[in-house]
Amino acid sequence: MKQLNKYNAGWLALSVIIYFVVQMLIQADVIDYYYQITLMNICMDIILALGLNLIIGFTGQFSLGHAGFMSIGAYCCAIMMLKMPDLTGFLLGLLLGVIVASLVALIVAIPTLRLKGDYLAIATLGISEIIRIAILNMGDLTNGAAGLSGMPILNNWTLSFFGIMLSLIIIVNYIKSSPGRATIAIREDEIAAESMGINTTKYKTIAFVIGAFTASIAGSLYASSFSMIKPDNFGFMKSVDILIIVVFGGLGSVTGTIIAAISLGILNMLLQPFGQLRMIIYAIALIAIMVFKPGGLLQHKELSMKKLFGRLSKKNTPKKEASK
Amino acid sequence: MSLLQVEKLTKNFGGLAAVSMVDFKLESNELVGLIGPNGAGKTTLFNLLTGVYVPTSGEIVMEIDGKKERLNGVKPYVITKKGLARTFQNIRLFKELTVLDNVLIAMHQNSKAGVLASIFRLPKYYRSEEGMRQEALSLLSIFDLDNKQQELAKNLPYGDQRCLEIVRALATKPKILFLDEPAAGMNPQETADLTKQIRKIQQDFKITVVLIEHDMSLVMDICERIYVLEYGRMIAHGTPGEIKQNPKVIKAYLGGEE
Ligand SMILES: Nc1ncnc2c1ncn2[C@@H]1O[C@H](COP(=O)(O)OP(=O)(O)O)[C@@H](O)[C@H]1O
Ligand SMILES: [Mg+2]
Repeated sequence: MKQLNKYNAGWLALSVIIYFVVQMLIQADVIDYYYQITLMNICMDIILALGLNLIIGFTGQFSLGHAGFMSIGAYCCAIMMLKMPDLTGFLLGLLLGVIVASLVALIVAIPTLRLKGDYLAIATLGISEIIRIAILNMGDLTNGAAGLSGMPILNNWTLSFFGIMLSLIIIVNYIKSSPGRATIAIREDEIAAESMGINTTKYKTIAFVIGAFTASIAGSLYASSFSMIKPDNFGFMKSVDILIIVVFGGLGSVTGTIIAAISLGILNMLLQPFGQLRMIIYAIALIAIMVFKPGGLLQHKELSMKKLFGRLSKKNTPKKEASK
Repeated sequence: MSLLQVEKLTKNFGGLAAVSMVDFKLESNELVGLIGPNGAGKTTLFNLLTGVYVPTSGEIVMEIDGKKERLNGVKPYVITKKGLARTFQNIRLFKELTVLDNVLIAMHQNSKAGVLASIFRLPKYYRSEEGMRQEALSLLSIFDLDNKQQELAKNLPYGDQRCLEIVRALATKPKILFLDEPAAGMNPQETADLTKQIRKIQQDFKITVVLIEHDMSLVMDICERIYVLEYGRMIAHGTPGEIKQNPKVIKAYLGGEE
């Protein structure tokens, strides 16, 4: 347990350092307003892709409907913020969003997750379309295709950072626990998992709900980043964008997902001036990755405090390591 | 009543009756052999008993705490919770995971820390993890696999993979353990060692073990009772002595070989 705390302290230190370094860069205007938009987008993509990787990379299920759950978070938060245009409104909206998104995920998961492969992909795509059409037809509450506008812009690096930390803690703690191992067993071999006493439907559903929960967090951040949202922001292409990050970073690698979201976010920004050409270059970059690294950037690998500390202590006190 | 009672169990695949009108009984704390030529339906019988296949007809009834429970059509994970565990003839380990994780996964159904305790890292989580780890290591030590706990299952030598399958099944805390050709692909010496180990496990854990094994003399040596399947039918059943003298068995199975 002492050891565990040591590693947790390592993670905490790393996060605090990242937080303050970025915060300082913002204050020094190295990350100016334009870059900050990219930063917010990257943060949202990290959260979205982490949740989707839990479903695809760790559970071995497929989903093309991630943006649908994001839109639930965005709309819940926008509606709350329009009533209460301050941080309290945002937090209440965030809370409402994760509750609604999780409930919707729970309801649709049970019939959907019985499906496999292509059928599951199509069904999840259908779910996000249903969510989109529902939002389109909710009258004044969602204001149809025109969407909602006039929300306060509250999102900043601090909020985004907390969003990422919350999602990371939920997902990483889940993966590294007994229910998480049960979930990963489904990916490895569903028949064997079931024969080892694992209720596979239950753990697929939990992964799906956690995915929706985190997607909703990203949605709430989205609603408070740009003063307007409309259903089109959360269409099929958004789901595909998130899928690309997951595949690019490596199925089943949290570290890979984060690195992929950052690098693709930056690549996207750099390619902005190229207009339509951007998508072609983007596609070529992805194909190259898939050809040379079919398992994604990091495959199953993770950054591990345990290994990091192991390496450091090896360097500093080689004798102690040898005597072990 | 017996611990497990199977009556007129039948499984058809299209026109093929892979298992046909099989009667089968298991008592607690015994080692039972299941033999029969390739394609006789042994694996199919295991798949029926552990819920992987739903029987076409017949009854599977288990006595649990003095009560009878029907197991046909029940999902595999529920059957495992009721105390039936199995290994697979074609190894089905969680290949990309460590040896330790393979065992921990099988212990999950008895784990005390739920999803919320895990996410919030409550004290219960740490206690439960440590307890499970200790137990997993002690199970792994049966086959000297505890020193390989951090290796990926796919990197283990073939024989170790077979042993890990047994440890993983044991980790579900079974009352009945079905071993599907655990010694397949091993040489006669390894097979003999493994079979002795299986007998020891059966006695130490006081569980019922059903063993599919092709080495007849070994099965005769260690099993208390033997069932013989041929073309999906149970053609004989008895003590090793009885089986050896059963004319049907000699004709069907031993005739050519001995
Ligand atoms: N899923 C299946 N679909 C169709 N036929 C099957 C299936 N599983 C087994 N069989 C057939 O059932 C018969 C019994 O197979 P099996 O139980 O594997 O035999 P054994 O384990 O005794 O060698 C074989 O003829 C096999 O081809
Ligand atoms: Mg077989």
